Amino acid sequence: MLVARPGVTSATEWVAINACLAPAAALAGQEVVTSEGLGTPEVLHPVQREMAVRGGSQCGYCTPGFICSMAAEYYRPDREADGADHGEVHGPNGFDLHALSGNLCRCTGYRPIRDAAYALGTPQGGDRLADRREEPPDAPEATEFSDGERTFVRPATLSAALELLHRNPRTTVISGCTDWGVEVNIRGSRADCALAIDRLPELRGLVVTEEYLELGAALTLTEIERGLDGRVPLLAELFPQFASRLIRNSATLGGNLGTGSPIGDSPPALLALDARVVLSGIGGEREVPLADYFTGYRQSVRRTGELIKAVRIPLPLAGLTAFQKIAKRRFDDISSVAIGFALDIDEGTVRRARIGLGGIAATPIRAYHTESALEGQPWTRSTVLAAAGLLRAEGTPMDDHRASSRYRAAMLGQSLLKLYARSIEEVVA
Amino acid sequence: MSNLSQRPENPVVGVALPHESAGLHVTGAALYTDDLVHRTKDVLHAHPVQVPHAHARITALRTEPAMAVPGVVTVLTAEDVPGLNDAGVSHDEPLFPSEVMFHGHAVCWVLGETWEAARLGAQVVEFDAEPLPAVATVAEAIETDSFQGAQPVLSRGDIEEGFAKAAHVFSGEFEFSGQEHFYLETQAALAFVDENEQVFVHSSTQHPSETQEIVAHVLGRPSHAVTAQCLRMGGGFGGKEMQPHGLAAVAALGATVTGRPVRLRLNRTQDMLMTGKRHGFHARWRVGFDLEGHVLALEATVTADGGWSMDLSAPVLARALCHIDNAYWIPHVRVHGRIAKTNKQSNTAFRGFGGPQGMLVFEDILGRCAPLLGLDPIELRRRNFYQAGQSTPYGQPVRHPERIAGVWEQVIDNGDVLARQQEIAAFNAGHEHTKRALAVTPVKFGISFNLTAFNQAGALVHVYKDGSVLINHGGTEMGQGLHTKMLQVAATTLGIPLDRVRLAPTRTDKVPNTSATAASSGADLNGGAIKNACEQIRERLHVVAATRLGCGPGEVRIAEGSVSTLDGTASLDWDELVMAAYLQRVQLFAAGYYRTEGLHWDATTFRGSPFKYFAYGAAATEVEVDGFTGAYRTLRVDIVHDVGDSLSPLVDLGQIEGGFVQGAGWLTLEDLRWDTGDGQGRGRLLTQAASTYKLPSFSEMPEEFNVTLLPHAEEEGVVYGSKAVGEPPLMLAFSVREALRQAVAAFGSPSIGVELASPATPEAVYWAIERARAAGTPPAAVIQPPPREGRLSRA
Repeated sequence: MLVARPGVTSATEWVAINACLAPAAALAGQEVVTSEGLGTPEVLHPVQREMAVRGGSQCGYCTPGFICSMAAEYYRPDREADGADHGEVHGPNGFDLHALSGNLCRCTGYRPIRDAAYALGTPQGGDRLADRREEPPDAPEATEFSDGERTFVRPATLSAALELLHRNPRTTVISGCTDWGVEVNIRGSRADCALAIDRLPELRGLVVTEEYLELGAALTLTEIERGLDGRVPLLAELFPQFASRLIRNSATLGGNLGTGSPIGDSPPALLALDARVVLSGIGGEREVPLADYFTGYRQSVRRTGELIKAVRIPLPLAGLTAFQKIAKRRFDDISSVAIGFALDIDEGTVRRARIGLGGIAATPIRAYHTESALEGQPWTRSTVLAAAGLLRAEGTPMDDHRASSRYRAAMLGQSLLKLYARSIEEVVA
Repeated sequence: MSNLSQRPENPVVGVALPHESAGLHVTGAALYTDDLVHRTKDVLHAHPVQVPHAHARITALRTEPAMAVPGVVTVLTAEDVPGLNDAGVSHDEPLFPSEVMFHGHAVCWVLGETWEAARLGAQVVEFDAEPLPAVATVAEAIETDSFQGAQPVLSRGDIEEGFAKAAHVFSGEFEFSGQEHFYLETQAALAFVDENEQVFVHSSTQHPSETQEIVAHVLGRPSHAVTAQCLRMGGGFGGKEMQPHGLAAVAALGATVTGRPVRLRLNRTQDMLMTGKRHGFHARWRVGFDLEGHVLALEATVTADGGWSMDLSAPVLARALCHIDNAYWIPHVRVHGRIAKTNKQSNTAFRGFGGPQGMLVFEDILGRCAPLLGLDPIELRRRNFYQAGQSTPYGQPVRHPERIAGVWEQVIDNGDVLARQQEIAAFNAGHEHTKRALAVTPVKFGISFNLTAFNQAGALVHVYKDGSVLINHGGTEMGQGLHTKMLQVAATTLGIPLDRVRLAPTRTDKVPNTSATAASSGADLNGGAIKNACEQIRERLHVVAATRLGCGPGEVRIAEGSVSTLDGTASLDWDELVMAAYLQRVQLFAAGYYRTEGLHWDATTFRGSPFKYFAYGAAATEVEVDGFTGAYRTLRVDIVHDVGDSLSPLVDLGQIEGGFVQGAGWLTLEDLRWDTGDGQGRGRLLTQAASTYKLPSFSEMPEEFNVTLLPHAEEEGVVYGSKAVGEPPLMLAFSVREALRQAVAAFGSPSIGVELASPATPEAVYWAIERARAAGTPPAAVIQPPPREGRLSRA
C-alpha cells in the first residue's frame, strides 16, 4: 500500500510499504492508499491500465501489490522521464525497477510488468495523488491503542518512550516492524505491549560534522540512501542489495542492529566503516564501538531500557570500499555471507584495513586476523592471496539450507580476490 | 480440414486481448475463495494440529485442552467422519490419520470463532506419538527398497544390440530436486450447508468434480448432495489438482458438524509443510552413440520421489517415461520406472507432470556427453531430432517432426546464434573471471491426458431473450487465461461481439463429471465443448433466420452480431433473431460435449498413441557467470514456440514467458531442503517460507526476452487450429541450465563434460567451476565424483 510521508524533493512522497508487515495501529492518523483507491475497473489509474493491457496480470493475486509499488515509483517526484538510458535497471522514463524488487509474481516471468513500468508517462494535471505531493503529509499521531489484552503505543517523544520502557521492560520495541511483522504473521509471536519508535524526531536526524556522520536510528534505509545520496560509497553499494525497496521504506538501521541477527546486512558494512552506536537510556547516553556491540546470538551490550539512538560513522572515509553479498537470488534475498571492506591504500601499501563479516558466526564480526595481515603490506596479488587464506578461516560458518559451510568459507576468500581484481581493473581503466 | 479447426472470417479468436479479469486484478476487485469470508456471516475458522515427526503412530489424542480455549468451538477428528476417512482417490491418504507419515502431517483440525482462537486451540491439543523409522531421501528409499505402486517399463528395440553397435558408451547418475508450486494464493476452502442438507463448497481447486467427489465420500453422501465452485485461483500450476480435496472435505465436514460456514485457508508455511510438490527424481543411465553422435541406445532406471502416498505419482511417472526421448529419435530404449515411498509430503502434479523430469534426464545426458563426443551441443542435438516416419518409444508416430527442425532453425536465426557464439568466445578469451555461454534446447511435449478417459469435457451455454450469452464450462481459471480463450471461442462460434458473452464461475452443478484443468488441455477440451454447444444453438438460429430472411438455413451468415444472407441482401440483428427464436419456442440453451478422438493407451505394456499431438518449441539462452562466486545472470533469451494458430496471442505469450521463468526457477534457484539428519527434526522441510525458498524475482528475468509464435501452424483437429500452451514452455528453460554448464566449462576447457547439480544454484555453479578449473585441459581428469552428485564415467 501507499503511505504519505515527508518527501525529499516535494512536501509529500507516496511511499510503498508491505501492508502485511505494518500493524494497523501504527498507521493511526496516516494517509494510506491501496490499489482499490487508485482506480476502478471502469476508470483505471494509468498504472493499472498499463498493467492490464500489457498482460501484467495472469492469476491477479500478486497484482494489487505490484500496482502499489509501481504507483509509488510513478509518483516519485525526482523520476526523470527524459527518454535517456538510465542504466541496467531503469527505464527510459526514469522508472527504477528496484521499486518492484520486493514483489513476487509466479505467473508472468516479469517481462510484461517491466514493460508496463517502462511505458508509464508522468502524472497529468488533475491527478489528485500527484497534487497531494505539494502539501505536507499528516505526521504520525501519538497513539495508545488497546484491545483490552494487548497495547500498541506510539509515544510523542524519546523521553516518553524511555520512560515507558523503564516502567515496562518486557515491552517489544518496533522500529519499522519488518522483522517483528514476520514473527507475528508466521511464528505466531504476540507482544503484550508494542512500542513504536520509528517516527520519534530525536531518532531521525542525519547530521554531518567534521569528525563523523550521524544517522538517526529511526531513519528508514530509503531515507538514509536518499539523504546521503552516494556520499558513503560503501553504503551506496549496500542499499540496493538490502532486502527490497518495500522493506527499505520501513526498515531502519536501529531495527537492523536491534534485532542483532547475524545475517543482517548493515552490520558488515558498518563494521567496516568503524561505526559507533549511540545508546540512549533514562539515565543518559553512551557510545560504543559497533565492533564491541554484539555479544552473542541476537545479544548485545544494549541494556534493558536502552534504545539505539543513532549510528556514527567516523570521517574521513577509507578510499577503497566494497560491500559483497552472497545469496541465491540477486534481488531481495537473505545473505549466506556478507562482507564489508574499507581499506586505506597509500602509495601501494595498505595503511588500514577494516573488514566486517556477516553470516559466518553467531554475531556479525570483524576479520581481525585478515585486517592485521593486510595492514602494512603492499596491495599485491601475493598479499591478497595470503590474506584470502586467512579470511577463509575467520568465523565459524555453518551448514544450512542457504549455503554449505565450505561455500561460506570459500566466499570469504573469494570476496577479497574479487575486491583486488576490481581495484586493479579500476587502476587500469 | 476438420470442422473443429476451421476459423470463420474475422474471428474473435486470434485477437490479442488482455486477461478477461485484468481490470479486476489491477484494482483489487477480483475475488478469490478466501475473500468470500468477509462477506459471510458467522464463519468458523479451521486450524490444523500438525505433528512434528516424520513417521509415528498416534497412540492418543486429547482435544479437551483445546476446548478450554476461549473461542474454540470444536475439534474435528476421525470420529466425526460419517463416510470414508480418506482425502484421495487411491484410498491411501487418511484425512485424519492415526499414523503420521511426514513431518507436519495434520492429525485433527480445530474450529474457532476466529483464526486466532483456532490457532491457540491447535497449540494445546495433546497427542502421544510413538516414533517409527522414517525414509528421508530417495537414496534411502532405493537402499531400503521402499517403493510404492507399479514399476512400468518403457521398451523398444533390442537394447543390447544398440549398445553392441555403439562407438561410445557412457553411464552416469543424476539426482535432481523437485519444486514447490508457490502459487501466490495458498490452499483455501469455504463450506456451507445449504437448505435440505445440501453442501456447497467454494474451493481454490483445479478439479472441482474431484473436490466434490472427495467431499461427498468423506461425508458419506452422494455426489448430488455436494456442489463445488471455483471462482478463480491465485495460481495453481498443478498444486491444486489433488491437494485441495482433503482441505475442502475438512471445511465441509466442519460445516455439517456445526451447521455454520467453515473457512480453511493454509498460511504459507502450512501450505509448504503439508502439500505435495513437483517430484524430485533419481536416474541411473547408460547411453550409446555411434561415431557421428547419433544416439543408438538408452537404458535407464528413473525413480520418482513419491512422498508418503501415491497421489498422482503413477501418471506423473508415466509422463516422465513418455518424455525421456524429448525431441530425439532413440532406436533402442529400455527405461524402468519406480516410485519411491518416502516420509515426505506426497508429491503431486506440477506443470509438465513428470514430462520435465523425463526430459531433464536426457538433456542432461546430451549436455554432459557432447564435449566427450567432441561435438558442439547444438550440433549433437540437431543430429538426433525425429525425422518423418519415426515413432516414439511407446509407438506413437511423431506428427509434424519437421516442426522440431523448424523452430530450431528459426530460433538460431532469430537469436543470431552463430554470430553471438563468436562474440562470446572473444568475450571469454578477454575475461578471466567472467564467462558467458549460449545454449539451445528443444521441446516436444505430448498433449492429452495419458489416461484416455480424462480427455472429455462439457459446457453449458445460455442465450437469454435479450441476446446476451452466458457460458459455463468445466475448466477452471488459475491465471492461465482459459476463460479469456473460452469467451473468444463462444463469440467466434456464435458470430457475436465479445462483450455479448459473459462467463460464470466453474461449478459442478452446471457441468458435471469434469476432468481436472490440467495437462495443458483446458482450452482444447473445454473449447471443443463450448464450440459444440454454440454450434447447436447456432444451427437452430439459422433455421429461424432463414425463414425471416427468405433463404435456406445454409445460406445464413451470422458475424459480428449481424445476421444476413450470404449475399448480404437481407439482414437483421442478433437480438432480433434471438427474440424471434424465443417467440417461436426454439431452445436457446445447449449442453456441449467434446471428447478427443483417436487416442489409445495401454498402461500395462506402455504402448499406444496417448497424445492428440505434440507441442514444439526451442529456446536459445545466453548467461554470464561470475567465477568468484558462481552467481549468474540471464542476458538474453530467444524462443520460438508452436501454439498452433493462437486462440489468444497475449495469453499465449504470457504462458510461454511465465513457463520459461518458472522452469528456470526449478532448474537454478528453487532449492527444497529437508532435514535428512538423525535428530529430532528428521524429515522436516527446512525451506518453508519465502525467506528460505527463493522464487525467481525481477533479477532472474532475462534482460532481453524475445518470443516468437511459430507462424502458419494451424493444428488440424483441434479447436480453431490452436495448440495447448500451459506446460510445454516450462521445459524451454533447459537452455538456461545447459548455458550454465557451458559457461562453467569455459573456466576450464571446452572438452570437459561438466556435471552440474540441479538446481544449479550459485553455490552449485561455483563448485562446478572449481572442478572445471582443477580439471584444466586433460578431459580424463574431470571424471571425478563431486559431492552430492552422480558419477559420469566411460563404461
